[in-house]
Amino acid sequence: MSTEKPKVAFYWCASCGGCEEAVIDLAEDILKVTAAVDIVFWPVAMDFKKTDVEAMEDGSIAVSFINGAVRNSEQEEMVNLLRRKSGLVVAFGSCSHLGGIPGLANFWNRKTIFNSSYHTSPSTDNPEGTIPQEKHIMEDGKELTLPRFYDTVYTLDQVIDVDYYLPGCAPPKHLIMTAITAILEGKLPSKGAVLSPNKSLCDDCGRNDSKPEKLAIKAVKRPWEVEMDNEKCFLAQGIICMGPATRSGCEERCILGNMPCRGCFGPTDQVYDQGAKFLGAFASLLDSDDEEEIEKIVNTIVDPAGTFYRFSLPSSILRRKRMETVK
Amino acid sequence: MSSENFDPTLIGFLCTWCSYTGADLAGTARMTYSPNIRIIRVMCSGRVDPQFVIKAFKEGADGILISGCHPGDCHYKEGNYKALRRHRLLRKMLEQFGIEKERLRLEWVSAAEGAKFQNVCDEFTEQIKELGPLNIMKGDINEYREA
Ligand code: SF4
Ligand code: SF4
Ligand code: FES
Repeated sequence: MSTEKPKVAFYWCASCGGCEEAVIDLAEDILKVTAAVDIVFWPVAMDFKKTDVEAMEDGSIAVSFINGAVRNSEQEEMVNLLRRKSGLVVAFGSCSHLGGIPGLANFWNRKTIFNSSYHTSPSTDNPEGTIPQEKHIMEDGKELTLPRFYDTVYTLDQVIDVDYYLPGCAPPKHLIMTAITAILEGKLPSKGAVLSPNKSLCDDCGRNDSKPEKLAIKAVKRPWEVEMDNEKCFLAQGIICMGPATRSGCEERCILGNMPCRGCFGPTDQVYDQGAKFLGAFASLLDSDDEEEIEKIVNTIVDPAGTFYRFSLPSSILRRKRMETVK
Repeated sequence: MSSENFDPTLIGFLCTWCSYTGADLAGTARMTYSPNIRIIRVMCSGRVDPQFVIKAFKEGADGILISGCHPGDCHYKEGNYKALRRHRLLRKMLEQFGIEKERLRLEWVSAAEGAKFQNVCDEFTEQIKELGPLNIMKGDINEYREA
Protein backbone atom coordinates (compact mmCIF):
# COMPACT_ATOMS: atom_id res chain seq x y z
CA MET A 1 0.00 0.00 0.00
CA SER A 2 1.21 3.44 -0.85
CA THR A 3 0.52 4.65 2.68
CA GLU A 4 3.23 2.37 3.98
CA LYS A 5 5.92 3.91 1.81
CA PRO A 6 8.19 6.41 3.55
CA LYS A 7 7.02 9.98 3.13
CA VAL A 8 9.36 12.50 1.54
CA ALA A 9 9.14 16.29 1.21
CA PHE A 10 11.06 18.73 -0.98
CA TYR A 11 11.19 22.40 -0.15
CA TRP A 12 12.94 25.48 -1.45
CA CYS A 13 14.04 28.66 0.28
CA ALA A 14 16.45 31.30 -1.07
CA SER A 15 17.63 29.47 -4.17
CA CYS A 16 17.61 29.75 -7.93
CA GLY A 17 15.52 26.69 -8.75
CA GLY A 18 18.55 24.74 -9.95
CA CYS A 19 18.24 22.26 -7.09
CA GLU A 20 14.66 21.52 -8.11
CA GLU A 21 15.96 21.02 -11.62
CA ALA A 22 18.55 18.59 -10.24
CA VAL A 23 15.73 16.43 -8.88
CA ILE A 24 13.91 16.55 -12.22
CA ASP A 25 17.21 15.68 -13.93
CA LEU A 26 17.20 12.35 -12.15
CA ALA A 27 15.14 11.43 -15.24
CA GLU A 28 14.20 7.73 -15.20
CA ASP A 29 15.73 7.41 -11.77
CA ILE A 30 12.98 9.61 -10.37
CA LEU A 31 10.61 6.74 -11.13
CA LYS A 32 12.66 4.51 -8.85
CA VAL A 33 12.36 7.15 -6.20
CA THR A 34 8.61 7.62 -6.59
CA ALA A 35 8.14 3.85 -6.59
CA ALA A 36 9.85 3.65 -3.23
CA VAL A 37 8.49 6.74 -1.49
CA ASP A 38 5.43 8.95 -1.23
CA ILE A 39 6.14 12.57 -2.03
CA VAL A 40 3.88 14.47 0.33
CA PHE A 41 5.04 18.03 -0.26
CA TRP A 42 6.86 19.62 -3.20
CA PRO A 43 5.66 23.16 -3.96
CA VAL A 44 7.48 23.47 -7.27
CA ALA A 45 5.82 20.40 -8.75
CA MET A 46 2.80 19.35 -6.70
CA ASP A 47 -0.24 21.07 -5.31
CA PHE A 48 0.06 20.57 -1.56
CA LYS A 49 -0.38 23.47 0.82
CA LYS A 50 1.19 24.47 4.07
CA THR A 51 -2.00 23.44 5.88
CA ASP A 52 -1.51 19.90 4.54
CA VAL A 53 1.88 19.78 6.20
CA GLU A 54 0.51 21.27 9.41
CA ALA A 55 -2.09 18.53 9.51
CA MET A 56 0.54 15.79 9.43
CA GLU A 57 1.69 14.13 12.58
CA ASP A 58 4.98 15.37 14.01
CA GLY A 59 7.88 13.25 12.75
CA SER A 60 5.71 11.53 10.15
CA ILE A 61 7.74 12.65 7.11
CA ALA A 62 10.70 10.29 6.82
CA VAL A 63 12.95 12.89 5.21
CA SER A 64 12.72 16.47 4.03
CA PHE A 65 15.15 17.71 1.40
CA ILE A 66 15.45 21.45 1.82
CA ASN A 67 17.32 23.57 -0.68
CA GLY A 68 18.12 27.27 -0.52
CA ALA A 69 19.41 29.56 2.18
CA VAL A 70 17.15 31.18 4.76
CA ARG A 71 16.78 34.92 4.36
CA ASN A 72 13.21 35.82 5.34
CA SER A 73 10.60 35.03 7.97
CA GLU A 74 8.51 32.81 5.72
CA GLN A 75 11.45 30.54 5.01
CA GLU A 76 12.29 30.42 8.68
CA GLU A 77 8.72 29.44 9.56
CA MET A 78 8.53 26.78 6.84
CA VAL A 79 11.81 25.08 7.72
CA ASN A 80 10.82 25.00 11.39
CA LEU A 81 7.53 23.39 10.40
CA LEU A 82 9.27 20.82 8.22
CA ARG A 83 11.79 20.10 10.96
CA ARG A 84 8.96 19.32 13.37
CA LYS A 85 7.23 17.05 10.89
CA SER A 86 10.34 15.17 9.71
CA GLY A 87 12.51 12.38 11.00
CA LEU A 88 15.46 13.51 8.91
CA VAL A 89 16.32 16.83 7.35
CA VAL A 90 18.83 16.95 4.52
CA ALA A 91 20.30 20.32 3.52
CA PHE A 92 20.19 19.98 -0.26
CA GLY A 93 22.68 21.99 -2.30
CA SER A 94 25.23 24.74 -1.63
CA CYS A 95 22.77 27.45 -0.55
CA SER A 96 21.23 25.40 2.19
CA HIS A 97 24.57 23.80 3.13
CA LEU A 98 26.79 26.93 3.07
CA GLY A 99 24.67 29.93 2.13
CA GLY A 100 25.56 29.71 -1.56
CA ILE A 101 25.34 32.54 -4.07
CA PRO A 102 22.43 34.25 -2.24
CA GLY A 103 24.75 34.28 0.77
CA LEU A 104 26.95 36.86 -0.94
CA ALA A 105 24.24 39.31 0.10
CA ASN A 106 25.89 39.18 3.53
CA PHE A 107 28.25 41.87 2.24
CA TRP A 108 25.12 44.09 2.34
CA ASN A 109 21.97 44.40 4.44
CA ARG A 110 18.26 44.87 3.85
CA LYS A 111 18.48 48.61 3.43
CA THR A 112 21.26 48.60 0.85
CA ILE A 113 19.73 45.68 -1.04
CA PHE A 114 16.33 47.38 -1.22
CA ASN A 115 17.97 50.60 -2.22
CA SER A 116 19.72 48.95 -5.11
CA SER A 117 16.79 46.75 -6.18
CA TYR A 118 14.04 49.36 -5.91
CA HIS A 119 15.84 52.65 -6.48
CA THR A 120 19.29 52.76 -8.01
CA SER A 121 19.74 49.79 -10.33
CA PRO A 122 19.84 50.97 -13.97
CA SER A 123 16.80 48.92 -14.93
CA THR A 124 14.60 50.23 -12.12
CA ASP A 125 11.69 52.46 -13.05
CA ASN A 126 10.05 53.40 -9.79
CA PRO A 127 9.21 57.14 -9.75
CA GLU A 128 7.15 56.85 -6.57
CA GLY A 129 9.96 55.09 -4.77
CA THR A 130 7.77 52.19 -3.68
CA ILE A 131 9.41 49.48 -1.63
CA PRO A 132 7.80 46.27 -0.40
CA GLN A 133 5.78 46.74 2.80
CA GLU A 134 5.24 43.96 5.25
CA LYS A 135 1.67 45.05 5.88
CA HIS A 136 -0.97 46.73 3.75
CA ILE A 137 -4.61 47.44 4.56
CA MET A 138 -6.85 47.15 1.51
CA GLU A 139 -9.81 49.45 0.88
CA ASP A 140 -12.16 46.76 2.11
CA GLY A 141 -10.22 46.63 5.36
CA LYS A 142 -8.45 43.37 4.57
CA GLU A 143 -4.90 43.13 5.77
CA LEU A 144 -2.24 41.80 3.39
CA THR A 145 1.16 40.77 4.64
CA LEU A 146 4.55 39.88 3.19
CA PRO A 147 7.36 38.02 4.94
CA ARG A 148 10.08 40.00 6.67
CA PHE A 149 13.31 40.26 4.72
CA TYR A 150 16.29 39.85 7.05
CA ASP A 151 19.57 41.72 7.06
CA THR A 152 21.46 38.45 6.95
CA VAL A 153 21.33 35.22 4.95
CA TYR A 154 21.61 32.00 6.97
CA THR A 155 22.58 28.45 6.21
CA LEU A 156 19.87 25.93 7.02
CA ASP A 157 21.73 24.59 10.05
CA GLN A 158 21.91 28.05 11.57
CA VAL A 159 18.12 27.97 11.76
CA ILE A 160 17.17 24.34 12.38
CA ASP A 161 18.89 21.10 13.27
CA VAL A 162 20.19 19.40 10.11
CA ASP A 163 20.95 15.68 9.85
CA TYR A 164 22.85 15.48 6.53
CA TYR A 165 24.22 17.68 3.80
CA LEU A 166 24.11 17.07 0.07
CA PRO A 167 26.68 19.49 -1.32
CA GLY A 168 26.91 21.17 -4.69
CA CYS A 169 25.43 23.84 -6.90
CA ALA A 170 23.43 21.80 -7.70
CA PRO A 171 24.12 18.37 -6.15
CA PRO A 172 24.98 15.92 -8.93
CA LYS A 173 22.72 13.03 -9.79
CA HIS A 174 24.99 10.25 -8.54
CA LEU A 175 25.24 11.80 -5.07
CA ILE A 176 21.48 12.35 -4.85
CA MET A 177 20.80 8.75 -5.79
CA THR A 178 23.43 7.41 -3.38
CA ALA A 179 21.93 9.50 -0.59
CA ILE A 180 18.36 8.43 -1.31
CA THR A 181 19.41 4.79 -1.49
CA ALA A 182 21.33 5.08 1.79
CA ILE A 183 18.28 6.62 3.46
CA LEU A 184 15.92 3.95 2.14
CA GLU A 185 18.27 1.17 3.19
CA GLY A 186 19.02 2.78 6.52
CA LYS A 187 22.74 2.78 5.74
CA LEU A 188 23.50 6.36 6.65
CA PRO A 189 26.78 7.63 8.07
CA SER A 190 26.80 9.40 11.41
CA LYS A 191 24.68 12.49 11.83
CA GLY A 192 26.06 15.74 10.46
CA ALA A 193 27.93 14.07 7.59
CA VAL A 194 28.35 15.74 4.23
CA LEU A 195 27.35 13.05 1.77
CA SER A 196 30.40 13.28 -0.50
CA PRO A 197 34.00 12.01 -0.11
CA ASN A 198 36.05 13.81 2.52
CA LYS A 199 39.07 14.70 0.37
CA SER A 200 40.01 17.67 -1.73
CA LEU A 201 38.98 18.11 -5.35
CA CYS A 202 42.65 18.21 -6.41
CA ASP A 203 42.98 14.61 -5.23
CA ASP A 204 40.54 13.54 -7.94
CA CYS A 205 41.41 16.12 -10.57
CA GLY A 206 42.98 14.88 -13.78
CA ARG A 207 45.16 18.00 -13.94
CA ASN A 208 46.79 17.39 -10.59
CA ASP A 209 49.80 15.73 -12.21
CA SER A 210 50.47 18.82 -14.29
CA LYS A 211 50.84 20.88 -11.11
CA PRO A 212 54.51 21.76 -10.75
CA GLU A 213 56.13 20.83 -7.45
CA LYS A 214 56.54 24.48 -6.62
CA LEU A 215 53.75 26.65 -7.90
CA ALA A 216 54.76 30.28 -8.33
CA ILE A 217 52.24 32.92 -9.33
CA LYS A 218 53.41 36.29 -10.66
CA ALA A 219 50.04 37.70 -11.67
CA VAL A 220 46.52 36.46 -11.14
CA LYS A 221 44.35 36.21 -14.23
CA ARG A 222 40.59 35.94 -14.47
CA PRO A 223 39.25 33.25 -16.83
CA TRP A 224 38.12 35.72 -19.48
CA GLU A 225 41.50 37.43 -19.62
CA VAL A 226 43.45 34.50 -21.00
CA GLU A 227 43.10 31.61 -23.34
CA MET A 228 43.00 28.75 -20.91
CA ASP A 229 45.01 25.61 -21.48
CA ASN A 230 42.65 22.64 -21.23
CA GLU A 231 45.09 20.24 -19.62
CA LYS A 232 47.23 22.27 -17.26
CA CYS A 233 46.33 22.87 -13.61
CA PHE A 234 44.59 26.25 -13.41
CA LEU A 235 46.77 27.45 -10.57
CA ALA A 236 49.82 26.82 -12.73
CA GLN A 237 48.19 29.19 -15.26
CA GLY A 238 47.74 31.90 -12.62
CA ILE A 239 43.98 31.34 -12.52
CA ILE A 240 42.26 30.99 -9.17
CA CYS A 241 40.98 27.44 -8.73
CA MET A 242 39.38 26.58 -5.39
CA GLY A 243 40.20 22.87 -5.83
CA PRO A 244 42.72 22.69 -2.96
CA ALA A 245 40.13 23.96 -0.43
CA THR A 246 37.08 22.21 -1.85
CA ARG A 247 35.55 18.81 -1.16
CA SER A 248 35.56 16.32 -4.00
CA GLY A 249 32.58 14.39 -5.33
CA CYS A 250 31.34 16.52 -8.23
CA GLU A 251 33.32 14.47 -10.73
CA GLU A 252 35.24 17.66 -11.62
CA ARG A 253 32.45 18.86 -13.82
CA CYS A 254 33.74 22.45 -14.08
CA ILE A 255 37.32 21.40 -14.69
CA LEU A 256 36.14 19.09 -17.46
CA GLY A 257 34.34 22.07 -19.00
CA ASN A 258 37.67 23.95 -18.81
CA MET A 259 36.58 26.23 -16.00
CA PRO A 260 38.30 26.46 -12.62
CA CYS A 261 36.54 25.25 -9.49
CA ARG A 262 34.55 27.96 -7.70
CA GLY A 263 34.22 25.91 -4.53
CA CYS A 264 30.53 24.98 -4.51
CA PHE A 265 31.06 21.73 -2.57
CA GLY A 266 32.41 23.61 0.42
CA PRO A 267 35.39 22.53 2.48
CA THR A 268 36.39 19.11 3.78
CA ASP A 269 35.69 18.16 7.41
CA GLN A 270 39.15 19.30 8.51
CA VAL A 271 38.55 22.92 7.50
CA TYR A 272 36.60 25.50 9.53
CA ASP A 273 36.54 28.25 6.98
CA GLN A 274 36.89 27.55 3.28
CA GLY A 275 37.80 31.10 2.26
CA ALA A 276 40.48 31.63 4.90
CA LYS A 277 41.93 28.20 4.24
CA PHE A 278 42.14 28.88 0.54
CA LEU A 279 43.62 32.32 1.14
CA GLY A 280 46.38 30.78 3.26
CA ALA A 281 47.27 28.24 0.61
CA PHE A 282 46.95 30.63 -2.30
CA ALA A 283 48.89 33.56 -0.83
CA SER A 284 51.84 31.26 -0.18
CA LEU A 285 52.11 30.68 -3.93
CA LEU A 286 52.62 34.34 -4.81
CA ASP A 287 56.03 34.50 -6.36
CA SER A 288 57.83 37.31 -4.57
CA ASP A 289 59.60 38.11 -1.32
CA ASP A 290 59.45 41.83 -1.91
CA GLU A 291 56.79 43.91 -0.16
CA GLU A 292 56.03 46.18 -3.08
CA GLU A 293 55.92 43.43 -5.61
CA ILE A 294 53.66 41.37 -3.35
CA GLU A 295 51.28 44.34 -3.11
CA LYS A 296 51.26 44.50 -6.89
CA ILE A 297 50.35 40.84 -7.26
CA VAL A 298 47.71 41.16 -4.53
CA ASN A 299 46.19 44.03 -6.49
CA THR A 300 45.58 41.67 -9.40
CA ILE A 301 43.17 39.73 -7.18
CA VAL A 302 40.09 41.82 -7.77
CA ASP A 303 37.61 40.51 -5.21
CA PRO A 304 39.26 38.11 -2.75
CA ALA A 305 36.31 37.85 -0.34
CA GLY A 306 33.75 37.30 -3.08
CA THR A 307 36.00 34.78 -4.81
CA PHE A 308 37.18 32.73 -1.83
CA TYR A 309 33.74 32.73 -0.17
CA ARG A 310 31.70 32.60 -3.35
CA PHE A 311 29.49 29.82 -1.97
CA SER A 312 30.29 29.81 1.72
CA LEU A 313 30.01 33.30 3.20
CA PRO A 314 27.12 32.66 5.66
CA SER A 315 28.82 29.46 6.88
CA SER A 316 32.19 31.18 7.34
CA ILE A 317 33.57 32.16 10.73
CA LEU A 318 32.73 35.84 10.20
CA ARG A 319 29.45 35.08 8.41
CA ARG A 320 28.92 38.57 7.10
CA LYS A 321 30.35 42.02 6.68
CA ARG A 322 30.31 44.02 9.90
CA MET A 323 26.84 45.50 9.99
CA GLU A 324 27.96 48.97 11.07
CA THR A 325 30.26 49.27 8.05
CA VAL A 326 27.63 48.45 5.41
CA LYS A 327 26.95 51.66 3.53
CA MET B 1 32.04 52.81 23.89
CA SER B 2 34.15 55.96 23.96
CA SER B 3 37.78 55.52 23.10
CA GLU B 4 39.04 56.77 26.51
CA ASN B 5 37.62 53.87 28.47
CA PHE B 6 37.94 51.28 25.73
CA ASP B 7 40.54 48.72 26.69
CA PRO B 8 41.32 46.78 23.51
CA THR B 9 41.95 43.05 23.42
CA LEU B 10 44.97 42.31 21.28
CA ILE B 11 46.31 38.95 20.23
CA GLY B 12 49.94 38.47 19.26
CA PHE B 13 51.10 35.45 17.27
CA LEU B 14 54.85 35.41 17.88
CA CYS B 15 57.35 33.05 16.34
CA THR B 16 59.29 31.21 18.98
CA TRP B 17 62.78 31.79 17.52
CA CYS B 18 62.86 35.57 17.24
CA SER B 19 59.80 37.52 18.27
CA TYR B 20 58.82 35.46 21.30
CA THR B 21 62.39 35.65 22.52
CA GLY B 22 62.32 39.39 21.86
CA ALA B 23 59.16 39.73 23.95
CA ASP B 24 60.81 37.64 26.64
CA LEU B 25 63.75 39.99 26.61
CA ALA B 26 61.42 42.96 27.07
CA GLY B 27 60.09 41.13 30.11
CA THR B 28 63.38 40.12 31.70
CA ALA B 29 64.74 43.61 31.06
CA ARG B 30 61.69 44.92 32.97
CA MET B 31 60.58 47.18 30.15
CA THR B 32 57.00 48.26 30.71
CA TYR B 33 54.50 48.17 27.89
CA SER B 34 50.73 48.20 27.61
CA PRO B 35 49.28 44.95 28.93
CA ASN B 36 46.58 44.57 26.27
CA ILE B 37 48.35 41.97 24.19
CA ARG B 38 47.80 38.24 24.81
CA ILE B 39 50.68 36.34 23.33
CA ILE B 40 50.36 33.04 21.51
CA ARG B 41 53.65 31.38 20.71
CA VAL B 42 53.89 29.67 17.32
CA MET B 43 56.88 27.91 15.80
CA CYS B 44 57.08 30.35 12.90
CA SER B 45 55.11 33.32 11.55
CA GLY B 46 54.50 31.10 8.51
CA ARG B 47 52.49 28.78 10.76
CA VAL B 48 49.80 31.41 11.28
CA ASP B 49 46.87 30.09 9.29
CA PRO B 50 44.46 32.90 8.27
CA GLN B 51 41.78 30.80 9.98
CA PHE B 52 43.51 31.54 13.32
CA VAL B 53 43.36 35.27 12.63
CA ILE B 54 39.71 35.23 11.64
CA LYS B 55 38.78 33.04 14.60
CA ALA B 56 40.57 35.42 16.95
CA PHE B 57 38.63 38.39 15.54
CA LYS B 58 35.43 36.43 15.91
CA GLU B 59 36.25 35.53 19.52
CA GLY B 60 36.73 39.15 20.48
CA ALA B 61 40.16 40.40 19.41
CA ASP B 62 40.15 44.08 18.42
CA GLY B 63 43.59 43.86 16.86
CA ILE B 64 46.00 41.09 15.90
CA LEU B 65 49.76 41.22 15.66
CA ILE B 66 51.74 38.66 13.71
CA SER B 67 55.41 38.91 14.44
CA GLY B 68 58.34 36.97 13.06
CA CYS B 69 62.05 37.05 12.35
CA HIS B 70 63.43 39.73 10.02
CA PRO B 71 63.50 38.85 6.30
CA GLY B 72 66.31 36.42 5.68
CA ASP B 73 66.40 35.30 9.33
CA CYS B 74 63.48 32.87 9.52
CA HIS B 75 64.50 29.62 11.16
CA TYR B 76 62.62 27.81 8.41
CA LYS B 77 64.04 30.07 5.68
CA GLU B 78 60.78 31.14 4.02
CA GLY B 79 58.11 31.17 6.70
CA ASN B 80 58.15 34.92 7.23
CA TYR B 81 57.83 35.59 3.48
CA LYS B 82 54.79 33.36 3.50
CA ALA B 83 53.45 35.37 6.43
CA LEU B 84 54.08 38.58 4.51
CA ARG B 85 52.19 37.41 1.43
CA ARG B 86 49.28 36.16 3.51
CA HIS B 87 49.20 39.33 5.55
CA ARG B 88 48.89 41.55 2.50
CA LEU B 89 46.13 39.48 0.93
CA LEU B 90 44.28 38.84 4.19
CA ARG B 91 44.36 42.52 5.07
CA LYS B 92 42.79 43.35 1.72
CA MET B 93 40.13 40.70 2.21
CA LEU B 94 39.32 41.73 5.78
CA GLU B 95 38.55 45.23 4.57
CA GLN B 96 35.77 43.74 2.47
CA PHE B 97 34.34 42.42 5.75
CA GLY B 98 34.51 45.91 7.26
CA ILE B 99 37.58 45.09 9.34
CA GLU B 100 40.07 47.95 8.96
CA LYS B 101 43.44 46.88 7.65
CA GLU B 102 45.23 48.48 10.63
CA ARG B 103 43.71 45.82 12.87
CA LEU B 104 46.00 43.17 11.39
CA ARG B 105 49.61 44.14 11.88
CA LEU B 106 52.78 42.39 10.78
CA GLU B 107 56.14 43.19 12.38
CA TRP B 108 59.64 41.80 12.30
CA VAL B 109 61.10 41.60 15.81
CA SER B 110 64.40 39.84 16.45
CA ALA B 111 65.47 38.10 19.66
CA ALA B 112 67.52 41.18 20.54
CA GLU B 113 64.76 43.72 19.95
CA GLY B 114 62.99 43.86 23.30
CA ALA B 115 62.66 47.62 22.95
CA LYS B 116 61.10 47.31 19.49
CA PHE B 117 58.56 44.86 20.88
CA GLN B 118 57.73 47.31 23.64
CA ASN B 119 57.20 50.10 21.08
CA VAL B 120 55.10 47.95 18.78
CA CYS B 121 52.77 46.96 21.65
CA ASP B 122 52.33 50.52 22.88
CA GLU B 123 51.79 51.93 19.43
CA PHE B 124 49.41 49.17 18.38
CA THR B 125 47.35 49.56 21.55
CA GLU B 126 47.01 53.29 20.91
CA GLN B 127 46.10 52.76 17.29
CA ILE B 128 43.38 50.23 18.13
CA LYS B 129 42.04 52.46 20.90
CA GLU B 130 41.52 55.10 18.27
CA LEU B 131 39.78 52.69 15.92
CA GLY B 132 37.46 51.51 18.69
CA PRO B 133 36.01 48.09 19.47
CA LEU B 134 35.48 45.63 16.63
CA ASN B 135 32.17 44.13 17.83
CA ILE B 136 31.95 41.06 15.63
CA MET B 137 28.58 39.42 16.16
CA LYS B 138 28.86 36.03 17.76
CA GLY B 139 26.43 33.99 15.74
CA ASP B 140 22.99 33.65 17.27
CA ILE B 141 20.36 33.93 14.56
CA ASN B 142 18.52 36.68 16.43
CA GLU B 143 21.61 38.79 16.66
CA TYR B 144 22.08 38.84 12.89
CA ARG B 145 18.48 39.08 11.80
CA GLU B 146 18.09 42.81 12.23
CA ALA B 147 20.72 45.50 12.39
S1 SF4 C 1 43.96 23.45 -8.45
FE1 SF4 C 1 42.17 23.03 -9.76
S2 SF4 C 1 43.04 22.44 -11.76
FE2 SF4 C 1 44.70 22.30 -10.25
S3 SF4 C 1 44.66 20.16 -9.58
FE3 SF4 C 1 43.37 21.31 -8.12
S4 SF4 C 1 41.27 21.13 -8.92
FE4 SF4 C 1 42.70 20.54 -10.60
S1 SF4 D 1 34.44 21.90 -9.86
FE1 SF4 D 1 34.11 23.08 -7.97
S2 SF4 D 1 32.56 24.63 -8.49
FE2 SF4 D 1 32.50 23.03 -10.09
S3 SF4 D 1 30.91 21.58 -9.39
FE3 SF4 D 1 32.89 20.82 -8.64
S4 SF4 D 1 33.06 21.68 -6.54
FE4 SF4 D 1 31.48 22.85 -7.62
S1 FES E 1 60.95 31.23 12.67
FE1 FES E 1 60.63 33.33 13.06
S2 FES E 1 59.48 33.83 11.29
FE2 FES E 1 59.93 31.79 10.85
